[in-house]
Amino acid sequence: MNRALTRVAGFLGVLLLALIINLNFVNVIKGSEYAANPANRRVLLNEYSRERGTIIVQGRPIAASVPTDDRLKYLRTYTNGAVYAPVTGYYSLFYGTSAMEAAGDDVLSGDDDRLFVNRVADLFKGRDPRGGNIVLTLDTKAQQAAYDAMAGQKGAVVALDPTTGAILTAVSTPSFDPNLLSSHDPDAIQTAYEQYQSDSVNSPMLNRAFNQTYPPGSVFKVVVAAAALEDGTTPTTRVPAPDSVTLPDTETSLANFDGERCGDGQTDTLEHALTISCNTAFALLGMDLGTQTIRTEAAKFGIDNQSFQMPLYVARSTIGPVLDQASLGQTSIGQRDVQITPLQGAMLAATVANNGTLMRPYLVQQEQAPNLSTLPSGDAKPEVQSEALSSDLAKQLKAMMINVVNKGTGSAAQVDGIEVGGKTGTADNIVGEAPHAWFIGFAEHDGKSIAVAVVIENGGVSGSETTGGLAAAPVAQQVIKAYLGL
Amino acid sequence: MTAPAVAVPRVKVRTGRSAELGLIVGAVLVVVVAEAVADATLNGSLDHHALSYGGVLGLVAVVAHLVIRKVAPFADPVLLPTVVLLNGLGLVMIHRIDLGLEQQAAEEGYTFEGASASTQVLWTLIGLTLFVAVLIAIRDHRHIARYAYTLALVGLVLLILPSLLPARISEVNGARLWIRFAGFSIQPGEFAKVFLIAFAAAFLVTKRDVLSLAGRRFVGIEFPRGRDFGPLLVAWLVCIGVLVRSRDLGTSLMFFGLFLVLLYVATERVSWIVVGVLLFAGGAYLAYQFFEHFRTRVTVWLHPFDYTSTIGYQVTQSLFGLGTGGMFGTGLGGGRPETVPVAKSDFIISAFGEELGLFGLVAILMLYGLFVARGFAAAMLVRDSFGKLLAAGLSFSIGLQVFVVVGGVSRLLPETGLTTPFLSYGGSSLVANYAVLALLLRISDAARRPAQTQAQPPVATEEPHTREQPAVR
Repeated sequence: MNRALTRVAGFLGVLLLALIINLNFVNVIKGSEYAANPANRRVLLNEYSRERGTIIVQGRPIAASVPTDDRLKYLRTYTNGAVYAPVTGYYSLFYGTSAMEAAGDDVLSGDDDRLFVNRVADLFKGRDPRGGNIVLTLDTKAQQAAYDAMAGQKGAVVALDPTTGAILTAVSTPSFDPNLLSSHDPDAIQTAYEQYQSDSVNSPMLNRAFNQTYPPGSVFKVVVAAAALEDGTTPTTRVPAPDSVTLPDTETSLANFDGERCGDGQTDTLEHALTISCNTAFALLGMDLGTQTIRTEAAKFGIDNQSFQMPLYVARSTIGPVLDQASLGQTSIGQRDVQITPLQGAMLAATVANNGTLMRPYLVQQEQAPNLSTLPSGDAKPEVQSEALSSDLAKQLKAMMINVVNKGTGSAAQVDGIEVGGKTGTADNIVGEAPHAWFIGFAEHDGKSIAVAVVIENGGVSGSETTGGLAAAPVAQQVIKAYLGL
Repeated sequence: MTAPAVAVPRVKVRTGRSAELGLIVGAVLVVVVAEAVADATLNGSLDHHALSYGGVLGLVAVVAHLVIRKVAPFADPVLLPTVVLLNGLGLVMIHRIDLGLEQQAAEEGYTFEGASASTQVLWTLIGLTLFVAVLIAIRDHRHIARYAYTLALVGLVLLILPSLLPARISEVNGARLWIRFAGFSIQPGEFAKVFLIAFAAAFLVTKRDVLSLAGRRFVGIEFPRGRDFGPLLVAWLVCIGVLVRSRDLGTSLMFFGLFLVLLYVATERVSWIVVGVLLFAGGAYLAYQFFEHFRTRVTVWLHPFDYTSTIGYQVTQSLFGLGTGGMFGTGLGGGRPETVPVAKSDFIISAFGEELGLFGLVAILMLYGLFVARGFAAAMLVRDSFGKLLAAGLSFSIGLQVFVVVGGVSRLLPETGLTTPFLSYGGSSLVANYAVLALLLRISDAARRPAQTQAQPPVATEEPHTREQPAVR
């Protein structure tokens, strides 16, 4: 019988081996996949039962987890939800996370490796169950001022600290209330979400500040002006500025707004052409400089056809394919296929304001452990993204842009007591709709500086450059005043 | 085996009893630490559980140890500590799942009333009582064989009883396996298992010569004579009957596998296995054709992720638990094993997999491997055929049950709904398995008793030693 016993024991050994091999498969090979399966209730329960970290702006929480009595122990609560929604995003049972809640999830949820500082100690004490905090670069006053100034209008405001790239303001209107999407009531979440999604007129959940691109219109002339300066043109150089230009190989004629005349009807100084936003002068300048020069200059300002993360996703800004001279003419006044985000608009102004150096935009000032100590490499380090323009030329361009506000189309952005530079834009988009109104600008006071971009969808009146400035510049003015404390 | 009255030479014989005691201390310490870790993780502080569970377990183990010293001094020293460790770890996990369910109830705003850990402590004590009773009452395992047909009758009655009782008394989660009265539930099938193994062993010992006779040859294998198929067919029919009435796939599979293996060990004829596997395949095919319950199990087995919120909820949550545990687990108290329905009984293995990971689970499987290997060692060493068959049957039943359970929760096999021996919550299973332990110790005592002390006195054995060499091969 012992022979049979040996065989049966061997058979059991084989069964044991089969179990162990299968467990290797389930626990390890498929392990992460199983663990992350949305139907795995542990994922949800763990996430909610841990106190998610806080998103902080200037010492005040804008998104925090508040203890509740129900099964999902904490309720995500947003202060001034609609004002900060483009930055915070939402944290929803059904619809996942967005914006900072998504981009900062590792730290906020507590999964970030840097939160396991002392694994040995954690093993005995148990890890601090709370998530880490994220401190944003935003300025509460500028943010609130921007949101208030945009009341009733559709569009976006983005402001940067030109010297560092820190994002001071990011407003998108109309906005949504993330509290409604982050509640624990499944029906209420669904109703709110569907209502926001179905509102195609206002698209409240569209993050216009970072994810929407607009034709920049005359705002793009800043880039062409920079290219011209680099090419040897000076602010006082007279450039061709006829009343209208027929684009090469087409019958399309490109005129100035309202058929206005720049300079003497034949030529105009570069400075004056920018001040009054002369279309013909910049179309001809661009065509003279050539596609490659414009493309390179645009890329140095950040319009490089690349989307990026800061850490929120930012849509790509581009000048488009520019297939021929006629396109180049239209491109040079920010039409045709040029598309930029409001953030990119602010980057244009910031580059000029920062003497030609573009700082890489960033939103996170600091990542903290639950006990508020800074995580390793958790402090933001400003970085140079590109040297767009020499300091000399940048100063010339700066002066030209100050002229735009002092004497030209951007006068509505003037702030008493300080110099404000800027550029307006009135960008045609769909035939039959009012153009988008743009203003990009900068100012500094008392050691603080700010660059700002404002887009108001359909905020201009077709054919009138001044209208863009009239609609968008006052918003910029409010933001500048709020930030600089004037 | 009565102790010889004549003078025994003063030879120091290694019984392994002190090794057993040492291993018991180790096992109890592991349990105390495990409970402390679980409590600390879940409550943030230590409470009395680590010590009280350790105390109860230590008491049980020491009592069992002393009884073994007294009545089975040569018994295998590894079996008891292995069981103590498994039982203790089970207790820790049951208590831990109680706490998890309590937490869940508190969060959802109802009162949790299903705490099981203290009941399991009680069952452990009852298990110990039965263990002691068996070890003292059965001084020679060969005596059991005398009652073969009584055992069969009791076994069958126990097996069939729940199917005959009204569903309100016998049905839990769709399987009719229980007798529930006065707040207690007993699964008589667990006891039936022990009785029927004993019967089968006794029966096969007497019939092995006949059953070993060759019949027709077919594809190179000599098949038994047609008229000798009777016992196998009866076993098969009983299992099918259990499957039909109780809708219990696991028990049915267990019994059939067990009988088949005993038949093979008794006769050493592979042909029995071939015939048995064919019968099993046929039975499985019929079950698949006729029973919705069985089809559902197979569907869930093949496509669990298509039914994560319905019929596949349990097994997918179990897989998610194992996956969440990964290599090293979340640590005791760090996971959410209560997410899996019936985590305390059928799915306790996935709870261990979640909190102790692959490593912990393999360690537990190794404990079972050790237990079964020691059981088989006893079977090989013991001199009488009945002892061999009984030890092999009992060990194999534990091994097969672990395979079916672990395979079920990790989707190697369809899920069947059996308990994990010694680990799972469930009094019948625990108590019955303590009886299994007692029997194995009894047989190993006979097996390891030095020949000197055994051979000298004229002990009346039913079977001469030459019987050990099978007459027919």
